[in-house]
Amino acid sequence: MRTAEFITASVLILLGGVVIFDAVRLGVGWGTDGPKSGFFPFWLALIMIVACGIIILQTLQKPSGEVFVTRAQLRPVLQVLWPAAAMVLLTHFVGLYVSSALYIGFYMRWVGRHSWFSVVTLSIAIPVITFVTFELWFLVPMPKGPLESWLGY
Amino acid sequence: MGLENIFLGFQQALAHQNLFYAAVGITLGTIIGVLPGLGGANGVAILLPLTLRMPPTSAIILLTSLYWGALFGGAITSILFNIPGEPWSVATTFDGYPLARQGQSGQALTGAFTSSFIGALFSTILITLFAPILADVALRFGPPEIFAIQLLTFSAFVGLGGGSALKSLVSVMIGFILATVGLDIVTGQLRMTFGVTELMQGFDFIIAVIGLFGIGEIMLSVEEGLSFKGVMTKMNLHVVLDTWKILPRYWRTFVRSCFIGFWMGFKPGGATPASFMSYSFAKRFSKNPEQFGKGDLEGVVAPETAAHAAGVAAMLPMITLGIPGSPTAAVMLGGLIIWGLQPGPLLFKEKPEFVWGLIASMYTGNILGVLMVLAFVPFFAAILRIPFAILTPLIVVLCAIGSYAVHNAMIDVWYMLIFGVIGYVFKKLDYPIAPLVLALVLGDMAENALRQSLIMSQGSLAILFTRPISGVITLVAILFFIMPIISPWWRRMRGNPVITPAPRET
Repeated sequence: MRTAEFITASVLILLGGVVIFDAVRLGVGWGTDGPKSGFFPFWLALIMIVACGIIILQTLQKPSGEVFVTRAQLRPVLQVLWPAAAMVLLTHFVGLYVSSALYIGFYMRWVGRHSWFSVVTLSIAIPVITFVTFELWFLVPMPKGPLESWLGY
Repeated sequence: MGLENIFLGFQQALAHQNLFYAAVGITLGTIIGVLPGLGGANGVAILLPLTLRMPPTSAIILLTSLYWGALFGGAITSILFNIPGEPWSVATTFDGYPLARQGQSGQALTGAFTSSFIGALFSTILITLFAPILADVALRFGPPEIFAIQLLTFSAFVGLGGGSALKSLVSVMIGFILATVGLDIVTGQLRMTFGVTELMQGFDFIIAVIGLFGIGEIMLSVEEGLSFKGVMTKMNLHVVLDTWKILPRYWRTFVRSCFIGFWMGFKPGGATPASFMSYSFAKRFSKNPEQFGKGDLEGVVAPETAAHAAGVAAMLPMITLGIPGSPTAAVMLGGLIIWGLQPGPLLFKEKPEFVWGLIASMYTGNILGVLMVLAFVPFFAAILRIPFAILTPLIVVLCAIGSYAVHNAMIDVWYMLIFGVIGYVFKKLDYPIAPLVLALVLGDMAENALRQSLIMSQGSLAILFTRPISGVITLVAILFFIMPIISPWWRRMRGNPVITPAPRET
């Protein structure tokens, strides 16, 4: 837990530094018609850096305590994250409906160990329902791929 | 103020189409409230792109009804499954679940829904009375007053939000910094983009909400390992009527919880502390406090009344000042902007049919809501029996759709995933997410108000203190900001033990 606290606060301080760097480039003082563009971000970043600094000091005083995440906890989290990232990547090529069908099917089979029948039924039914709801009913276009253009959408 | 405004509002709220949207909103909202990982805020965020082609009044009725539904839904999982669907229903589990275990789930649910309804009704009546007055006052506000109110909003998170005050402060700053990324409309300069074209449009708060709340929450709940061991519910008219006969006995608790809820709720981050506070007050004033935690109906009534009163009260600053009192209200405020309305006191003058339609729909929505949840509890409870290996990818896909729909841009879906990871880490380290989202929504407004104030005063911050209204508000804000520093010191002076901070909103 302590390491995670330390890393998070340090990353935030680093980002704060980046913001201050850019704010200084833009000017943090008084321009011809009011505060310059960098004024607001500069002070925000400064307050954030100071607060993170104190958080780090406080963390160093505390005993290490519990673990941020155990291996057993991390497994299901990554099981959600990687397939989700793969789905988003796939969406670039085959559109959202096909990639979500693959994602739902994959997750149901891999994590849930559902029967092939329910895997296939649901991973086709859910994208079809979303397609009807979003594309046809509410007219909100989603990314589409070769399958949809073959079907004429 | 006049009755004709209310009539105008009810004409809107009772139109067939709007009643239909309210029913749809409550159904979806209750489902969202029941599901882990989908709360009011990201439910509203995902649905927001769908409302673009609706008339604004129908759109806001749909979204607010969704919010009421989510408030009701939280109680169902708390009582039947001992899983708080929303943070403000944690206190409801204390007595709700024991009651359900004793076979009194019908009584507990009826008690919870009725209390929610009474809390909501109380806040709605107060909003009806006070919103026009507050809006009138707010119309006279200049940039220093607006900035002072923003300070007050965020100081409430830092000083009263519970948890680590420093981390709340950091969250606020992150939100504001994210809001400055992109084109500065005042000077026309690009900020924090470092030549990256994708960063030019900045970060949209809807994406942040969907990622931080939706994806982050899903990751947290799979980490904890989802297992729903629910109690079956027996709900019929007989149980409902029997419970209604008992409830008037708790009128003191109702009144107290209503006031606590409203008072905590119109300040940001109020619903969760309000529910806990109301619970502990009920226990303290009870004749038999030892029954609390073992299945006392009063222990369900108190937090539910307060949480719902607070949830509704969060709408008051949103419609009158343009400052949301909760993350969900923040998303709705974003909706207002997307529908082409300028949030704030001018709405009362320029779009009375919208404002009063919204206020009237709080009455109709909550009446409809309590009847619907009472009637369909078994249906909503059955949703949690859907295996999580189906729910999890479904929620992720819905989040992706919602993110893409905002700007029709794939980069937003990637942002959503990144925000999801950030939300997961922040939640585990107790960095609150609600202030971050609110700061991201209000960032431009706050910066402009500060700029204009400084231009008015030729660059002196003293302007925040010298004008009477902004002076008072700024002083209160400063008091809230330093509260985390002075209150432990104050307690030591009086010899009281340092109490552990209350759990957070988000």
